[in-house]
Amino acid sequence: MTALLDIKGLTIDIARDTGPARVVDGIDLVVNEGESLGIVGESGCGKSLTMLSLVGLLPNRIKATGGTAQFGGADLLKMSPRELRKLRGAEIGFIFQDPMTSLNPVMRIGDQIAEALIYQTGMAKPAALTRAGELLELVGIPSPRDRLMSYPHELSGGMRQRVMIAIGLAGSPRLLIADEPTTALDVTIQAQIVDLVRELKDRLNMAVVWITHDLALIAGLADRIAVLYAGTVVEDAPVSTIFEKPSHPYTRGLLGSLPTLTDQPMSRLPSIGGTPPEPGRRPPGCPFAPRCALAIAACSAAVPRLTAVPGSDPRHRVACIVTTGQSEAAA
Amino acid sequence: MNAPLITIENLKKRFDIRMGAFGEKAASVHALDDFTADIIEGETFSLVGESGCGKSTTGFCILNLQRPSGGRVIYKGTDLATLDEDGMRPFRRDLQIVFQDPYSTLNPRMTIGEALSEPILFHGLATKAELPARLTRLLADVGLSQRFASRYPHELSGGQRQRVAIARALACEPRFIVCDEAISALDVSVQAQILNLLLDLQEKYKLTYLFIAHDLAVVRHISDRVGVMYLGRLAELAPAQALFATPLHPYTRALLSAVPEANPHAAQTRQRLQGEVPSPLNPPSGCRFHTRCPLARDTCRATVPPLREVAPGHRVACHAVTSATTTNWEPVSA
Repeated sequence: MTALLDIKGLTIDIARDTGPARVVDGIDLVVNEGESLGIVGESGCGKSLTMLSLVGLLPNRIKATGGTAQFGGADLLKMSPRELRKLRGAEIGFIFQDPMTSLNPVMRIGDQIAEALIYQTGMAKPAALTRAGELLELVGIPSPRDRLMSYPHELSGGMRQRVMIAIGLAGSPRLLIADEPTTALDVTIQAQIVDLVRELKDRLNMAVVWITHDLALIAGLADRIAVLYAGTVVEDAPVSTIFEKPSHPYTRGLLGSLPTLTDQPMSRLPSIGGTPPEPGRRPPGCPFAPRCALAIAACSAAVPRLTAVPGSDPRHRVACIVTTGQSEAAA
Repeated sequence: MNAPLITIENLKKRFDIRMGAFGEKAASVHALDDFTADIIEGETFSLVGESGCGKSTTGFCILNLQRPSGGRVIYKGTDLATLDEDGMRPFRRDLQIVFQDPYSTLNPRMTIGEALSEPILFHGLATKAELPARLTRLLADVGLSQRFASRYPHELSGGQRQRVAIARALACEPRFIVCDEAISALDVSVQAQILNLLLDLQEKYKLTYLFIAHDLAVVRHISDRVGVMYLGRLAELAPAQALFATPLHPYTRALLSAVPEANPHAAQTRQRLQGEVPSPLNPPSGCRFHTRCPLARDTCRATVPPLREVAPGHRVACHAVTSATTTNWEPVSA
């Protein structure tokens, strides 16, 4: 497999009056061609910021301050805003969580999709509208030609998310980044959208990055999963390895605290004590150490690096000195 | 089985939409229709369903936070639905609610201590002198140290704020708490902490919960009985175990089938519900689910199916389901 996107040592800081606060601290991440990668983590772990930083969509005051992100032979982090604008939509498509705030409320659906097409391919308006109709059909919107004339408020939440997907796909991107695209949707509609993106990924041969906090959802979607905690990748492995042989204490804790449709009702769920560190208040060494049952003194000494897990899948890497046996070697 | 704590009969809620210069009634949203159920003392009764199915409206109408348009809510021999604000006051102490977003329900200018003291003093449950000890105990109950009493909501994390919201509900020693999506906004690791807390408090204080949620795995974990709602009506009501083991209503089945499973090898070919929930402004005739139901027949379009008991405690509102083991009809191919 060839790497489509290769992120190395990415750091992101928030500018605060009191000085910069680090939110992403040295992320290494690879997305292969045609692969479906899940990025999992809780609020504030930096999963969305990491992806937004690649295409220059970080909010004011938040900046990528280090690292590289190779995509198609160029470093995304060094590109000018002008180059990035060309890339967005054409090479890298986005779907966001809330379609109501991403769509322009006073612009017809068809015009919004056509706008993306005209900008990226320079096609004429009538041709763009025809193509917009085809895209709506592709994402499963009933009577797509009529829907071109609709405004966003005339559509349901699920239909609006389908329109967002159509816009995300307009430039035939090689990488589609889906940032919690189903969080605002009901479970039966979520299932429809998930089926749709999965089917489109295969049909269009794109790589898809799913950003989510929902472990159960990602289990059926991703080929590989990266677990983020406090701005670092703590574990990276094929999906079945993550669920069957999780290695990092945080991954294990997350999976353990998840109620499932097969567990013992009314039992107390194993929960992880405490809360994730706030940006700028990162503990020294492993960021998870203060909440970790396995933590030893060495954990707070240095930030652990992602290393291969002995005896597991060769692609299974974890940032923990205890579960990889490095602590014994050091002792 | 314990006695019912609250008996709900034919509870209805309609929201009128008024338009035009004279505010003529243009339409009504049928948010809740003929909700009938007992809530048993000490149980966790959960309501599940998709947005707009009326689960939160049910909770609000039971507490008379929204005035029901019809039906009765019997608590301690009194019909709460007939009471005005003054009449409700003596009952408020017993009947509490915890909302989804503690950030918008806690006063940002009040310390946690002040927020928790308010209901205690209002209901005369402690004197000023007893108050500090009382606050310490209350905070300890929800797993917070007494240092939190002097903090403001913005200094707390989401999980801690939700603990405070629970403490505030507990402050007046209630018997019944409506948890309206109380854990939905929390991260997984924190959600487990709050779920455990709710279970511990229920045991300690013999609380009865009405748990409103859309996460079915969570609901299965903490419920004794579960009601599944669709467009303002109860589709199925059953003991939690029976509902998840043998769901009978076609909507319940579809809903359960749509829940993603934390298992990468789980079958991906599932039953998918086509289309979306129709508008409650103009709900479908007969069974409200018939527009999306794979079993729908003419009967379903014409008559509302009654909520029938097909097994002990297992009630289903579906023409096709007359016993707990068989579905009478084959799916209609479109």
